[in-house]
Amino acid sequence: MRLLSRTYLTLAYVFIFLPVAVLVAFSFQDGRLPVPPFKGVTLDWYAKVLGNDDLVAALLNSLLVAIVSSLIALILGFLAAHALARVRLPGSALMRGVFIAPMTVSYLIIALGLLNLFTQAGIRPSLWTAGIGHVVINLPLCFAITYAAMGDHQRSAERAARDLGASEWRVLTLISAPMLAAPLAAAFFLSVTFSWDEFIIAFLLTRFDVTLPVEIWSMLKSGLSPATNAVGSLVFLVSVSLVILLELTVFRKRS
Amino acid sequence: MSLQVRERRLGWGLLAPALIWTAAFFVLPFLGMVALSFAHMEGREVVRGFDPGNYTRIFTDPVMLGALWNSLEITAVVTVISVVLAYPLAAIIAFRVPARWQRLALLMAVLPFWTSYVVRSYAWLLVLGQNGVLNQALLGLGLLVEPLEIASTRAATVIGFVHFFVMLLTLTIYANLIQLSPNYARAAQDLGASRWQTFVHVILPLTLPGVVTGAFLTFVLCIGDYITPQILGGNTELTLPQLIMLQLGRSGNFPLASALSVVLMAVVTLAYFASSRWLRLDRV
Amino acid sequence: MTATVSILDVSQRYGLATALDRVSLDIEAGEFVVLLGPSGCGKTTLLNLIGGFTEPTKGQILIGDRDMAGVAPKDRPTTTVFQDYALFPHMSLRDNVAFGLRMRGIDRATRAAKAEAMLALVGLEGRGDRRPHELSGGQRQRVALARALAVEPQVLLLDEPLGALDLKLRRQMQDELKAIQRRVGTTFVHVTHDQEEAMAIADRIVLMNAGRIEDQGPPREVYLHPKTLFTAGFMGEVNRIPVTGGRAPFGPVPVPDGTLCIRPEALSARGTLHIGLCKVEDAAFFGTHIRAHVTPLTAPDLRLVVHLPQSQTVEVGGVLDLGAESHVVLQE
Repeated sequence: MRLLSRTYLTLAYVFIFLPVAVLVAFSFQDGRLPVPPFKGVTLDWYAKVLGNDDLVAALLNSLLVAIVSSLIALILGFLAAHALARVRLPGSALMRGVFIAPMTVSYLIIALGLLNLFTQAGIRPSLWTAGIGHVVINLPLCFAITYAAMGDHQRSAERAARDLGASEWRVLTLISAPMLAAPLAAAFFLSVTFSWDEFIIAFLLTRFDVTLPVEIWSMLKSGLSPATNAVGSLVFLVSVSLVILLELTVFRKRS
Repeated sequence: MSLQVRERRLGWGLLAPALIWTAAFFVLPFLGMVALSFAHMEGREVVRGFDPGNYTRIFTDPVMLGALWNSLEITAVVTVISVVLAYPLAAIIAFRVPARWQRLALLMAVLPFWTSYVVRSYAWLLVLGQNGVLNQALLGLGLLVEPLEIASTRAATVIGFVHFFVMLLTLTIYANLIQLSPNYARAAQDLGASRWQTFVHVILPLTLPGVVTGAFLTFVLCIGDYITPQILGGNTELTLPQLIMLQLGRSGNFPLASALSVVLMAVVTLAYFASSRWLRLDRV
Repeated sequence: MTATVSILDVSQRYGLATALDRVSLDIEAGEFVVLLGPSGCGKTTLLNLIGGFTEPTKGQILIGDRDMAGVAPKDRPTTTVFQDYALFPHMSLRDNVAFGLRMRGIDRATRAAKAEAMLALVGLEGRGDRRPHELSGGQRQRVALARALAVEPQVLLLDEPLGALDLKLRRQMQDELKAIQRRVGTTFVHVTHDQEEAMAIADRIVLMNAGRIEDQGPPREVYLHPKTLFTAGFMGEVNRIPVTGGRAPFGPVPVPDGTLCIRPEALSARGTLHIGLCKVEDAAFFGTHIRAHVTPLTAPDLRLVVHLPQSQTVEVGGVLDLGAESHVVLQE
């Protein structure tokens, strides 16, 4: 690597990691404010955060919403991708467009639209309504990833299975899904991380039981605190572990 | 029943769940929002009808026009800076970093992507604030006499956004660069092109769809984001999403919030058509 | 298990394009039929119609006298060996071969035994635990064959199954395919564009062109007595000599008017249809024979291709006395 590249790379990493480093460093701050000067190391803030029932409840809510909504998005997206990749239907290009469309719409608009809909239908905000919103934003992702992964190889194996007497259900469960295991897993985990971290939909569509980003948001309103750093660092740790796990299992196998 | 009919019936059956979901929770709410944008408020009551008053207000009220303009400016600046910073980073990782370290280099470059979105903006506040790390460091080094006021300005919003989108774009541009057969560059150089000419005439055009797709996603996510301007930019200079949230919260003015959302949506649609020639949304 | 196949006046259209134009064909039980033709001639379309992957725009398909209209591929007494093999990458060879039996609700032990027997039939005994990606192209081909045969279909459809193999392996697999077909007795319908492959394995060659059946018969018949110029040209190299008023360019010939077709290997000094003295323009050694271009002295504009015995000494510029040992005369 030449000097210029090396310098650029270093500066880029500094920029990218600066906020995370500051966040994590001051989560150990032995003082009231997460800004310099650094007054020494303590784990008090972590103890405080983990002892906070609201936070722990929000974390579990987030996980629940993320896993359930991602599963639904994955199943709907996979079935739709399978149908569009296999059967020649009128308007299939249009339908691909419709499935991808939510990707181009701001989450805020999706949230507002659903808020209107649920208000008029007399449905109260809850984890369920937020979950519905998360399926809407993750369905395009799951659809696009699985659709892109369905190549000729896949189609011809499915055809062979049908030829050998497999019903459509068995083609899906014994051939299509196992052959797409890696992209399906990737789509699922991406959806989980997006849902788990999503703020605006969860903020507008939940009320009493809230998800973690919403809970963090209300912590922020009471000003800077190393407790917020501690929560942020924990969330980062969980997400990064997930990503590394995914990298080591799913993607390693594929290459 | 013929095979083709059965086949089609099966296809529709598989499509139905996703279609119904998308229709009920995406298309229908959107249409509802458009309808609501033509209603108006009397006291705290929503009066439905066909009243374009909300739109007249948006395009005449200086506060609203200002918010629209702020959003457009910030988004444009963020998109350009992010692409300009991310492309070299992706190229260095793809072409300069030795093959066995590439995956790691890429993973590192996007790792903070996985911090909580809300927390990431907050973290930048710790860096850029008046007593923040940056000011303290520069004061300590004697480079500054007075602390810089970055937090609660547009600069802070832009920095926060650029940080996020540089990671996103590095990922998409890298994916494009790595797919290119090295023979394109070899052929160009074999025919006498310099490195720079190879880049301008061969590599850049081939990666353009990926770059445009990434830039479009940046545009969409940036112009619709509430968190980053709210935390980092403060309330001095409103963006469109902040204005929308304000209508929801303070006055409960759903019709006006809907109209503002429709305008936001229209802006995104314009951006879509401007870039649709190169967009590859189904291959992100 | 074996059955007849009857194609009755079948047409297939895709939009405006006609893939098959009123094709009729009767295949006997246990016959090895090869559908031969250039790409786009409709041979794969016909195979897909028999397998049930597409349905004909018009016409009827009977397998063992049963009408196949509206019968899905999984319910037909046919199985297919696909061009790209379509082995299931996530299953062992045993599970691949036993897949069809599993779909028919056969118990695990019976399945495993049958799979092992089928693998043995194709020369892969004891390798049931392997995965498809561990195999070479030829071995994958065998697994695909074993898998398709394991359910004991009445008709086996083969879609250019040897197309992806290199030439040497292809010739070897042809012999094995033929031997296996004799052993199991199933009706084989095999699609290919390689006329040598077709001649090596077929009981009957059905030559197709532009959506129609151009010619059919045993390999020998189709090669030596083609009914059309297309067949003559597709089955192998041929010299075409125009004959009008009992005269060819090199002199009078005792044949009716039309195009006189002579295969390069039919030209020799012993030939009875006399052509006369020819000058050797060039010659190349091909191993099994010598391939030469010659020009009759009486017709300097006519160039003929000749295959001469490898033992013969052929010199460029030399003169040979040639005649045709066999020939056909065809009309445009």
